[in-house]
Amino acid sequence: MEITVCIKQVPGTSEVEVDEKTGVLKRDGIDSKMNPYDLYAIETAVQLKEAHGAHITAISMGPPQAAEVIKEAFMMGVDEGALLTDRKFAGSDVLATSYTLAQGVKKTGNPDLVICGKMTTDGDTAQVGPEMAEFLGIPHIANVLRILEVGEKSIIVEMDMPSTIEVAEIAFPCLITVEKGIFQPRLPSFKLKMATKDKKITFYSLQDFDDTDEKNYGLNGSPTQVKRIFPPEGNLDHEIWGGSNAELSEQLFGKLKELKFV
Amino acid sequence: MEYKRINQNDVKFLVSLCGSERVYVGESEINEDFSHDELGGIHQYPEVMIEIMSTEEVSSIMKYAYEQNIPVTPRGQGTGLVGAAVAMYGGIMLNFCKMNQILELDEENLTLTVEPGVLLMEISKYVEEHDLFYPPDPGEKSATIAGNINTNAGGMRAVKYGVTRDYVRGLEVVLPNGEIMEIGGKVVKNSSGYSLKDLIVGSEGTLAIVTKAILRLLPLPKKAISLLVPFPSLEMAIETVPKIIKSKVIPTAIEYMVRDVILASEEFLGMTFPDSSADAYLLLTFDGNSTEEIELAYDRVAHICLEAGALDVLISNTQERQDSIWKARGAFLEAIKATTTEMDECDVVVPRNRIAEFVKFADELQERCNVRIKGFGHAGDGNLHIYVLRDEMEADAWKAKLEEVFELMYAKSRELGGKVSGEHGIGYAKKPYLKESKGGAGMELLKNIKLAFDPKSLLNPGKVC
Repeated sequence: MEITVCIKQVPGTSEVEVDEKTGVLKRDGIDSKMNPYDLYAIETAVQLKEAHGAHITAISMGPPQAAEVIKEAFMMGVDEGALLTDRKFAGSDVLATSYTLAQGVKKTGNPDLVICGKMTTDGDTAQVGPEMAEFLGIPHIANVLRILEVGEKSIIVEMDMPSTIEVAEIAFPCLITVEKGIFQPRLPSFKLKMATKDKKITFYSLQDFDDTDEKNYGLNGSPTQVKRIFPPEGNLDHEIWGGSNAELSEQLFGKLKELKFV
Repeated sequence: MEYKRINQNDVKFLVSLCGSERVYVGESEINEDFSHDELGGIHQYPEVMIEIMSTEEVSSIMKYAYEQNIPVTPRGQGTGLVGAAVAMYGGIMLNFCKMNQILELDEENLTLTVEPGVLLMEISKYVEEHDLFYPPDPGEKSATIAGNINTNAGGMRAVKYGVTRDYVRGLEVVLPNGEIMEIGGKVVKNSSGYSLKDLIVGSEGTLAIVTKAILRLLPLPKKAISLLVPFPSLEMAIETVPKIIKSKVIPTAIEYMVRDVILASEEFLGMTFPDSSADAYLLLTFDGNSTEEIELAYDRVAHICLEAGALDVLISNTQERQDSIWKARGAFLEAIKATTTEMDECDVVVPRNRIAEFVKFADELQERCNVRIKGFGHAGDGNLHIYVLRDEMEADAWKAKLEEVFELMYAKSRELGGKVSGEHGIGYAKKPYLKESKGGAGMELLKNIKLAFDPKSLLNPGKVC
């Protein structure tokens, strides 16, 4: 089976400052890391590889330093890596990003299965996976909780819908986005780090794609107009209760039950 | 030792001093929690428990107790594990939990001045917000600083940074006769006579009462990376530790753990550990100011581990990964507790090149003594936490079994050049073992030091020596 995993480099902390004038995240000098949700995507791919045999390609889009997350993917058991990097991709919104990644996936071959994390921690839209599937013309299932069965021509998965959990069978080639917790992501291996130290990462730019029309990429290909970016306000909602120990524990239990914590 | 029982006049005096709100008298008013500490089955109520708010109160109470011959036991959060904060002879218990202000952060001298009841987790949070670092890191983060100073518990980072004693610059104490005294200070060097500060650190409330502490801080290392190293056997894992120490690369922590304990912790927390395929693991942490600096340091250690037979070396370099490991590590004690009915702990410390021998010995005791024994610990500093589990044993059988196993373990520790306690202290529970380890002349010296501070033996009687 050919599997492609889409991964992204994101800021290493949630305390990223926003430039008040331009509304752009100040990424300079800030540590970066692999999008935590993508770790579950990689783990899913590697688990499938270990159980059924597969060849895994990781693909990312970003500046040249985003190659770091591909190296990390190698340390988790990914076989090949490709980075889509071009100044003309800068400023992509969800649509342009999905389109670029779809072009990249085509470039790296025709995988049976594309796996994405549910969402990224810096964009938070959870739309890139499904939009990519549309551009690739393949079926997709988002929010996959468990993989129940892997067949010759299809895969059976459990998906998390707002009020139900549904089981669905989906034919290859297809795309899934996986939930946090589908598997516990393994830690990067030092042995694999050494073994893949000199492994080549393929770089693709706009010129390498089937569609080289600049209008479809970066800011040009992004219909989204960002009015303002600002850090969300902290939620300071709180309640203060009084009463005896017995009353308070009763009240606390009621609240926890109401919030479905117990 | 004969002490005066507390009467109505004594209570009247204490109430006139502190007000009736903060003075609790007798078993009807004193919460059961104050009759014991965290482990060890030792129960005794104080006659009076007082919530202390100031040094002056302590001084006045001590003066009175000194005149009246009443024993006094200081207490923080009661998280100790050897009965040190239990009022064995009744008398007055001084509860310092409400005297808990952070008084001063001196960024020019890199010191933090605190009241005794400040919690360890409050200290680390406060200083880290100022890019500073208080390295002692005992597992029990809800302990008070004064309780911690009194046991000298060092925690996980001792390999690189040393123990609590190394981070106490100065103390304000109240002597048993009520006199208030400043000891040490903000100075970095001090060769001015016997170090009273170092006598009081680790004295378990038997020499003087700590009412203020000046702590030494370091600049906060900006980054930390952990390595989780799976080994085919516990023996192989532990035998690698001296090789790491010898390499001259100093990790902040070297912990060992076995599969059983990891699985217990997974079940206890309902979360999955990143790897549980191997029988034993070492968990190493490195800190520094840049990823490159840390990678350089751990690269060498990773190779040493692989050469020593490690199955792989797994890298934990992000917050999520650290959480997935350290949350489980933090729950080991509770997880083991949840698998049994009662347990007691041996907290010996042995030289670091003998740790493999001790761990193997303790493991073999399971079969030899027919009892479950589980452990994990700070392999890097030779301090072990080994738990003997009661399971379904009858009370008498359990008591006898515990004595048998402890006797064997402490004898082994002595043979290897080890000490009775690495960080939990002696308190009441481990006194017999201290005697065996120190010998007559050593104990005589300890008793004379105690008498020099506390001639009437009023402070926390029945503890240490």
